[in-house]
Amino acid sequence: MKELLEVNNLSISFTQYVQGLNRHDSKVISDLTIDVKESEIVAILGSSGSGKSLLAHSILGILPYNANVTGEIKYKGQVLNQDLKEKLRGKEICLIPQSVNFLDPLMKVSEQAIGECKNEKEHDEKKVIQREIFARYGLDESVDDLYPFELSGGMARKVLLSTALIGNPDLLIADEPTPGLDVKSVEETIEDIKNLKEHGKGVLLITHEIDVALKTADRIAIFYSGYVIEINNVENFKNADNVLHPYTKALINSLPRNGFKLTEGVQPLDEVPGCPYYENCAIGTDRCGKEKPNLEEHEGAMIRCFNFREANDGA
Amino acid sequence: MIKINTKKLAKFFGYKLIRLVILLIVIAAISFIMIQMSPIDPVKAYLGQRIVSQEQMAIIGNYWGTNLTLGERVLGWLQTLATGSMGFSLIYRVPVTEVIMQKFTASFILMAVSWIISGIVGFGLGILAGAKEGTLIDKAIKTYCYILQSTPTFWIGLVFLMVFSVYLGWFPIGLSVPIGQLSDTVTFWQWLYRLILPAITLSVVGIASLTMYTRDKLISIKKSDYFLFAQARGESFWGIIKNHGVRNILIPAITIQFMSFNELFGGTILVEQVFAYPGIGQATVAAGLRSDVPLLLGIVLISATFVFLGNLIADIIYKYVDPRIRGEDDE
Repeated sequence: MKELLEVNNLSISFTQYVQGLNRHDSKVISDLTIDVKESEIVAILGSSGSGKSLLAHSILGILPYNANVTGEIKYKGQVLNQDLKEKLRGKEICLIPQSVNFLDPLMKVSEQAIGECKNEKEHDEKKVIQREIFARYGLDESVDDLYPFELSGGMARKVLLSTALIGNPDLLIADEPTPGLDVKSVEETIEDIKNLKEHGKGVLLITHEIDVALKTADRIAIFYSGYVIEINNVENFKNADNVLHPYTKALINSLPRNGFKLTEGVQPLDEVPGCPYYENCAIGTDRCGKEKPNLEEHEGAMIRCFNFREANDGA
Repeated sequence: MIKINTKKLAKFFGYKLIRLVILLIVIAAISFIMIQMSPIDPVKAYLGQRIVSQEQMAIIGNYWGTNLTLGERVLGWLQTLATGSMGFSLIYRVPVTEVIMQKFTASFILMAVSWIISGIVGFGLGILAGAKEGTLIDKAIKTYCYILQSTPTFWIGLVFLMVFSVYLGWFPIGLSVPIGQLSDTVTFWQWLYRLILPAITLSVVGIASLTMYTRDKLISIKKSDYFLFAQARGESFWGIIKNHGVRNILIPAITIQFMSFNELFGGTILVEQVFAYPGIGQATVAAGLRSDVPLLLGIVLISATFVFLGNLIADIIYKYVDPRIRGEDDE
């Protein structure tokens, strides 16, 4: 399968002034590496408010101006610079946003799905496509004339998904597509996203809901304190023994069906010298407190830990 | 496309009408009482410089009811008002309604022109400044607005007169008709030519607040999720400003502009005074200075109605044009 998106060592930080003129760089994403292939769904799983969305914004080139970005993003082998981002966004790379707040409150939803057009002809052509896609998701013609506030939760999801599909993109970035939805709508959304995969599209799913990630994705990347600490195939997440990182194990053990075992501790907010999980880690050594482990490959998975081999042999 | 519920609309207007009537009665009563309490003696004001005997003054006073109690006088004033008569202007020697009609028409054109100019220019500058936030253009527009906001209208009028009429000689110093000509022989162009400077002065003041408002709104829209999403969908910057920015600011901006009728009216009094433009503003000042009580009260009532109308239109736009609020009403 062809690589669609490759993100290598991406770091995003913001320069802030704290207490007068003291500059402070707050790192939100550190050394993030991930890739998405055709017909593949990759989930980035992390706690809410941890800055996962910034990855999406970075790929689309819509970060705020005070963001400092290092690292490299490639799309279909080509380095994705700002010019290329601006050219591709809305066409080959599309965003499925979080909520109905991402729609203009005073514009009819069909017009928003169609988007900006150069002339009447383009508008008419796109209108046909829009109707077709709306119909595919069970949105009848009366929905076309509705304003965003008139949509129900489930309808809004389908409209947001439709807006992303008008340009017939190859890569979709779904940013928290299931917040606050009822079980049925969540199931539908998962089905819709999986369906995209059947059509050969790659999907980067950004979520904090572990169940959504488990049901939807082929691979899951665990996002912890700005770092990706593990990328593993979804099958391995069924059992804590098959995942590599101690945090991932703790996460899986904390699920209700796996015994609800909770581990104490919080994610560090500030930059730490060593491994970000060191303070809460059961298998940490002195080295982990001083040095940062790199993301390395291990049997098809990616792992950022010095001691995972010993820990997993012992288990 | 605008769906209007007629029953709701009728109820809305009925309610507003009742409020207007109550408002006018209260304003009429209060302003009448205030004038009664002021040191103006209606008999002396009427007589002016003429010398009459004490007995004659008492007869006039009796005829006008100065010996009645305050309550009786207020009631009498309201009763006459209810018949549609506002009395007789002491300065112009014609019924107050006639004076107001004539003066208000002149002022209305002045106010309408400057209202439209300030609306269009203010909104345009606001959009430009907001879109180009932080750039030199934005800073220039902002500085311009701050200066205007902190400058009194009459002073701007004087500066304009000095620069454009005295130094450059582009415009006449004042009056709405050339000296020595009757007002009904003036051509349209002559009239327009004399309207330009006062209208610009009056609009310049209105521009600042609308510009700052529009700029602020656009900046907050630029931070909104839908602005971000429109960018993510590959829409061009100015396309987004036009399709999403202007669309979302237009209704509140027009509302603000209608709500500014009171400032417009206040401004026109000063501007007309500076440019010697014979409108309602000049009539107000004259009525105040020369104790023309009936005319002053009439103008108070008319200006209250005028401001009320502005707010009413703002209310209607707010309630019946915005689909979000319209939707709530339709249920």
